[in-house]
Amino acid sequence: MTGTGIGASVKRVEDQRFLTGNGNYTDDINRPGQSHAWILRSPHAHATITSVDISKAEKADGVIAIFTGADMAADGVGGLPCGWHIHNKDGSPMLEPGHPPLAHEKVRHVGDQVAIVIAATHDAARDAAELIEVDYGVLPAVINMDAALAGGTLVHDDVPNNRCFDWEIGDKNAVEAAFAAADHVVSIDLVNNRLIPNAMEPRAAISEFDRSSGQYTLHTTTQNPHVIRLLMGAFVLQIPEHKLRIVAPDVGGGFGSKIFHYAEEAILTWAAAKVHQPIKWTAERSESFATDAHGRDHETHADLALDKSGKFLGLRVATKANVGAYLSTFGSSVPTYLYATLLAGVYTTPAIYAEVQTVFTNTVPVDAYRGAGRPECTYLLERLVTKAARQVGIDPVALRKMNMIQPDQYPYQTPVALMYDCGDSPATFESALKASDYAGFGARRAAAEKSGKLRGIGISTYVEACGIAPSAVAGALGARAGLYESAQVRVHPTGSVTVYTGTHSHGQGHETTFAQLVSESFGIPIDQIEISHGDTDQVQFGMGTYGSRSLAVGGPAILNACNKVIDKAKKIAAHIMEADVSDIEFADGKFTVAGTDKEMAFAEISLAAYVPHNYPIEEIEPGLDENAFYDPLNFSFPGGAHICEVEIDPETGDTEIISFTAVDDVGRVVNPMIVEGQVHGGLAQGVGQAMLEGCVYDDAGQLLTGSYMDYTMPRADNLPNFSVATQSVMGASNPLEVKGVGEVGAIGSPPAVINAILDALAPLGVDDISMPATSLKVWQAIQESSVRQAAE
Amino acid sequence: MYQFNYQKAGSADEAASAVTAAEDGRFLAGGMTLIPTLKQRLAQPSDLVDLAGISDLVGIEDGGDSITIKGMTRHVDVANSDLVKSKIPALASLADNIGDPQVRNRGTIGGSLANNDPAADYPAAVLGLNATVITNKREIAAEDYFDGMFTTVLEEGELITAVRFPIPAKAAYMKFPNPASRYALVGVMVAQTGGDTRVAVTGAGQDGVFRASEIESALSANWSADAAKAVKMSDDGLNADIHASAEYRAHLISVMASRAVTAAG
Ligand SMILES: Cc1cc2nc3c(=O)[nH]c(=O)nc-3n(C[C@H](O)[C@H](O)[C@H](O)COP(=O)(O)OP(=O)(O)OC[C@H]3O[C@@H](n4cnc5c(N)ncnc54)[C@H](O)[C@@H]3O)c2cc1C
Repeated sequence: MTGTGIGASVKRVEDQRFLTGNGNYTDDINRPGQSHAWILRSPHAHATITSVDISKAEKADGVIAIFTGADMAADGVGGLPCGWHIHNKDGSPMLEPGHPPLAHEKVRHVGDQVAIVIAATHDAARDAAELIEVDYGVLPAVINMDAALAGGTLVHDDVPNNRCFDWEIGDKNAVEAAFAAADHVVSIDLVNNRLIPNAMEPRAAISEFDRSSGQYTLHTTTQNPHVIRLLMGAFVLQIPEHKLRIVAPDVGGGFGSKIFHYAEEAILTWAAAKVHQPIKWTAERSESFATDAHGRDHETHADLALDKSGKFLGLRVATKANVGAYLSTFGSSVPTYLYATLLAGVYTTPAIYAEVQTVFTNTVPVDAYRGAGRPECTYLLERLVTKAARQVGIDPVALRKMNMIQPDQYPYQTPVALMYDCGDSPATFESALKASDYAGFGARRAAAEKSGKLRGIGISTYVEACGIAPSAVAGALGARAGLYESAQVRVHPTGSVTVYTGTHSHGQGHETTFAQLVSESFGIPIDQIEISHGDTDQVQFGMGTYGSRSLAVGGPAILNACNKVIDKAKKIAAHIMEADVSDIEFADGKFTVAGTDKEMAFAEISLAAYVPHNYPIEEIEPGLDENAFYDPLNFSFPGGAHICEVEIDPETGDTEIISFTAVDDVGRVVNPMIVEGQVHGGLAQGVGQAMLEGCVYDDAGQLLTGSYMDYTMPRADNLPNFSVATQSVMGASNPLEVKGVGEVGAIGSPPAVINAILDALAPLGVDDISMPATSLKVWQAIQESSVRQAAE
Repeated sequence: MYQFNYQKAGSADEAASAVTAAEDGRFLAGGMTLIPTLKQRLAQPSDLVDLAGISDLVGIEDGGDSITIKGMTRHVDVANSDLVKSKIPALASLADNIGDPQVRNRGTIGGSLANNDPAADYPAAVLGLNATVITNKREIAAEDYFDGMFTTVLEEGELITAVRFPIPAKAAYMKFPNPASRYALVGVMVAQTGGDTRVAVTGAGQDGVFRASEIESALSANWSADAAKAVKMSDDGLNADIHASAEYRAHLISVMASRAVTAAG
């Protein structure tokens, strides 16, 4: 036994370098002869560009070159593509207006790229940028989605009413029939607040062009280097893959925001061939706020139909989703297939219909952010179900239990396309109720009341979908790429192993978790195993990391490649030990001949594979180096129950989370410590969304929350000591039986927090509060209710 | 940042004359406010005159019925000072709640008061405790020192060398932090000092720190938490932003004042 296989809480091997300042991030890299870029950005949310005068700036000290949108347009550079095609209700295609990397003729959000200044130093580039004279024809900005849909101001002249698409899913007639037969109808209007991702490392890139080989290299902060190579090479710059190398070295957090192909990547790569010098660019924190794709931003109306007993009969949902000024890489799929396909949640609701309109506004693009669509869906369902319990007069626990999918109903076909492969929501719910001492809440509420505090408890039960595959299904739904994953397992002559994975780790700990898979498979300790990712010149084509897909899709690819290695190694062992292959057994890193004491170590076989003196050369090739591509059978479906308890100081509105319990079903757990860490991080982001974080633009499209002075990130003292546990039904759709854990915390938690706050405020007659529920909003809700009560 | 000349002064006088001689000179203390301003290119001084290393400007002195804190004394040193903790615990705890450890390890009382951020904590201490701001040129009473947000009566080249706090009979500071910046959304210093009842409010006023005379009179008549809470502050002249309405701030002033009275005893 190695002690480093599946199920061991192995310490993260990557942390040594991260915590000692030895990480190798893009901004740590410097290339010989490197120049520096500053991107001149629009100060206006919406304006025509009448002229750009670079004559003074060009003459400034240290300036190498300045390019504008007109230069890129003249070169025939393409627009940034969207990776998922959605159709309207009537079957017509969504509208995809152009997205030039450098704005041409018009800017559409504050921070839109207007020019790149390339100079000998960063300061010289920035100084020169101040000398560029841009003549803007300022236009009215449209920020609010209703105003946008009313037309008037158009973000793109070729998109009437600023509507990108109007999409639907589910059986409308069945839902209408359900409502006609309903005893109760519960309705809710919700805003899912817009969030700014705030990865610790800002985006950065270094581009290079090698004149002798014609090869481009781009180091960039991405979660999916091959996807960037494909999108930028094929759609934007017309560079074939073999001439384009993308390297994503250590990346300091992404949370989705580094999936997308960003303009700066294309601008820098294109410009490197013009100036024949490497160009480096690193975003400042203010640029991150203003230009990283934001998350969420939905407005939804929903109705739930129930029968007399409380059984859910039908669900009707109408959502408006803000996509910002341009369609980002997955901007169209997040509010559709990653959102509305989960509207059954953990419940047996037989009829569901949802329609989603996506809307262009003069704000930065909105795209996937930790959870991507599933937090929006879970928030809606769990607020609605809690409201239904109160309105219909049924206990919220009982109402949930009565409507939950039972373990014997799997595989479960929902009315909104997905087939849940396995799960047991009643079990995780029961455990969470127990762990949180739900039954004892009354006494805690009474105690809080004595000290002048309002105490509340809130529940959220959820299911989510990870992996975003199989490719054929994703393709049928509009994905413009496959969603399999790849692995190459290269055993070296002396028995150490390098694994090339097409996923990318930017904080998740793949270098540990994936090594544990190999350790388990080969029976060798993880210090013999290296996980390599991020360089398209080293790694075979892969799809990268998002949607909690890395272990669920990338893991089986590694496992399959390991199995191919073992199959081949057995043949070598059989030859050397003069036995039949069927008699060779492999366990704990040793090949043995059944019924004998003959054995060979893993490293002896690998040496034989590369020094094939005594080798079945007629039967197999030398070497021990296998690859595998894995396309999953289905999504995987993690789920669970989150319970939050809060106390509110009614005098100030200050709200404290007293306890938070999460019981999650994530399938097989490879590294319990990493899983716990992922849940902690996700919960922190979920609490952030629920109570602290909210992106605010003013009516003119200026970002009011453009720094940490105004955008509230969750901090340690905002959070309680979480009580987290996993309780799993092993995954049914992949050979590792894993489900995914990266996003569950952020998906399940926001409604638990808000339901707790509303439970605390219920005695005052408060029945709604929007996220983030800041002390201001809580206080205002209390004031308004007491004013209202006094008036009544 | 734009280019600037860096100078390091050996004494307060040298620093003052260097700033005066420069085309557009600025003192550099802890740099916690000034450096971010420069990085964002919101200021373009010709010269920075670094006060670090002027030992005369650092330290806390016992004046019997007062404590004098030198201008370059860091927040962390005020927070940890046994003298301050025993004589004016309200001031030590105020300093201990400024920003985060990194900020407290660099930020200084002189820098904070010269900057006069309308949401900073020290202004409430200076006004509430009736302190005297001492510069290389004069002594300025708290009442006369603040001159609207980010403005003071300091003249060019005028250096805060120390602040003298009379020892109050009672005092406490209560801060309701801005959720994002953790500066004061509303911070209230209540004190009984020199026979007066003083209530100074930071974070709330459009013109920066001010005395809440309504609460002062309520407390002069009846030093009790309830008396403070019963005062309904007007929201006239109070800040409104995405974090708090003027109405919320007005309400928080009474609540924080009442809690401060409880803490002061
Ligand atoms: C993340 C963060 C959080 C913060 N949170 C808080 C908070 O909660 N509460 C709070 O009150 N403050 C807070 N601050 C501000 C902090 O207290 C700063 O230290 C203070 O505002 C400035 O002090 P400094 O020594 O850094 O001055 P500097 O930044 O060096 O200088 C500020 C200004 O004062 C001038 N100056 C400096 N010293 C003198 C002097 N002796 N005489 C005359 N002029 C001088 C400088 O020329 C400059 O114009 C925070 C700052 C940061 C970065």
